[in-house]
Amino acid sequence: MTELCDRTGSQLSEGLRDGEITAVALAESAIARREALDGQVSAFLTPTPEVALERAAAFDTYLATGAPQTGVAGIPLALKDVLTTKGIRTTCGSKILETYVPPYDATAWTRLSGAGSVLVGKTNCDEFAMGSSNENSAFGPVHNPWDLATVPGGSSGGSAAAVASGMAVWALGTDTGGSVRQPASLSGVVGLKPTYGRISRYGLIAFASSLDTVGTFTRSVRDAATLLSVMAGKDHRDATSLDADVPDYAVGIDAGVAGLRVGVLAEAFGEGVDRDVAASVRAGVDRLAALGAEVGKASLPHAEYALSAYYLIAPSEASSNLARYDGVRYGLRVEGDDSIEMMFRTRGAGFGPEVKRRIMLGTYALSAGYYEAYYGQAQKVRTLILQDYAAAFERFDVLVSPTSPTTAFPIGAKADDPMAMYLNDIFTIPANLGGVPAISVPCGLDGNGLPIGLQLTAEALDEATLFRAAAALESDLALELRPPLLSAA
Amino acid sequence: MPVEIDIDHVAKLARVELTDDEKARMRDQLEVILEHAAKVGEVAADDVPPTASPIPQMNVFREDSPEPSLTHDAALANAPASADERFLVPKIAETGS
Repeated sequence: MTELCDRTGSQLSEGLRDGEITAVALAESAIARREALDGQVSAFLTPTPEVALERAAAFDTYLATGAPQTGVAGIPLALKDVLTTKGIRTTCGSKILETYVPPYDATAWTRLSGAGSVLVGKTNCDEFAMGSSNENSAFGPVHNPWDLATVPGGSSGGSAAAVASGMAVWALGTDTGGSVRQPASLSGVVGLKPTYGRISRYGLIAFASSLDTVGTFTRSVRDAATLLSVMAGKDHRDATSLDADVPDYAVGIDAGVAGLRVGVLAEAFGEGVDRDVAASVRAGVDRLAALGAEVGKASLPHAEYALSAYYLIAPSEASSNLARYDGVRYGLRVEGDDSIEMMFRTRGAGFGPEVKRRIMLGTYALSAGYYEAYYGQAQKVRTLILQDYAAAFERFDVLVSPTSPTTAFPIGAKADDPMAMYLNDIFTIPANLGGVPAISVPCGLDGNGLPIGLQLTAEALDEATLFRAAAALESDLALELRPPLLSAA
Repeated sequence: MPVEIDIDHVAKLARVELTDDEKARMRDQLEVILEHAAKVGEVAADDVPPTASPIPQMNVFREDSPEPSLTHDAALANAPASADERFLVPKIAETGS
């Protein structure tokens, strides 16, 4: 049985406006769903039901005065636990920040909160957003609502699972190498990574600063457009945020794809891609063609080097960013005889295996004698990838590939093989290196009934085209996406 | 090309305490990862400039005007140890005797 929390944000916003539903009833619906199912899913690290009900009630009172309403007001939202929330614990899925209570709000959350958004909690994630399966959380893995024995993807797996299962109507994640799009793909929801700098990173606890992007999980493309319209724009607290106009991204979203130039990335259908995934994405491309898009063959010749470049650049930036966890100003401290010993012990005890691995990798790549061969070369590859995108977007408006080479895999299947795990992100990483926007939209189910995602990529700051293409596909496919877990409930 | 890493040296630079088991496992894993990562050396020629940020921005300034910031109490609230409105750490310098 579907309930309020199973609807899309735009449907609910209309219901609130027309007085058919109240924000309190909606918040109660999402809270009840979490209470019923999160024992099995573990999507949340810190639920905030009291905050949600208080804000929902305040919104109902406000709306009764006939005051204007934003598209996000009154709708239950979950935040990945790497986005700071003033007065609400923010752990990054790490023991080193287990008791950290930030004194400030992330800008993305400040803007949604100011527009009346209702926070239902902070979601589980891979430690410091490093991972593709959510198994690297210090607080235990997240289970995919489509099959509890499988991963939801990562690193924003809790946000993906929360939206897929109705514990939130929508959620924020962060995407450094695919951490929104890949879990969206594996969990059957829409995942948007906007242009680098489109949404302020202030309050996004840093992993890799030149790649980190705030992104969204929603049950419709329109909802992603609504959230982006509220969050995007210059923020003087983030010097890398872009000072470009922010349109209402929902306007024109239904304009269709007639004449749209769609480039299919040929190299993204080869070895290592599940047969069902390739077939489903190709079928999606055929639908775009049937709707009037001009489909052609595209290529990013240097994409095969993107993974290598990413696993030098991201860990290098991480090793620098995570130097701040020294046991002095916040987080865990393990005492030592002197400050240096205290730092060694604190970091040894506070970080999990994947975070240590990446700090070590980055430290090595930046160390004397190796810098040029690794980090320096990786930055040059980044230039080549930017050139590839520039050439591709001369011929095409959007590029298509699978989001992930596989559907959800069993928990534990790749836990001991970092290289196999890293290959999950092979199709998502290039957009982070290039700074361009990309979206994962559900395009079908595999033979085991697990969701498949199709990735669309557009030129920097052209999210509007991304939404238009994704919405056309979504509307044409009209998939009924409901995890079996919900039918059993 | 196989890569050999001095794990103790890198761990020292990174200020991370590792057990012997962790060191052994990490040595094996990092060598595999770095062998793959070394592919970046195959393509990028000398005449390719490096890119640090996908959408570079230069000289981002704002008015140099004071704004409200954290109070001492708020800034120290998460500190493992503090005293006299300061972060408290083990001694970092010898005192003369």
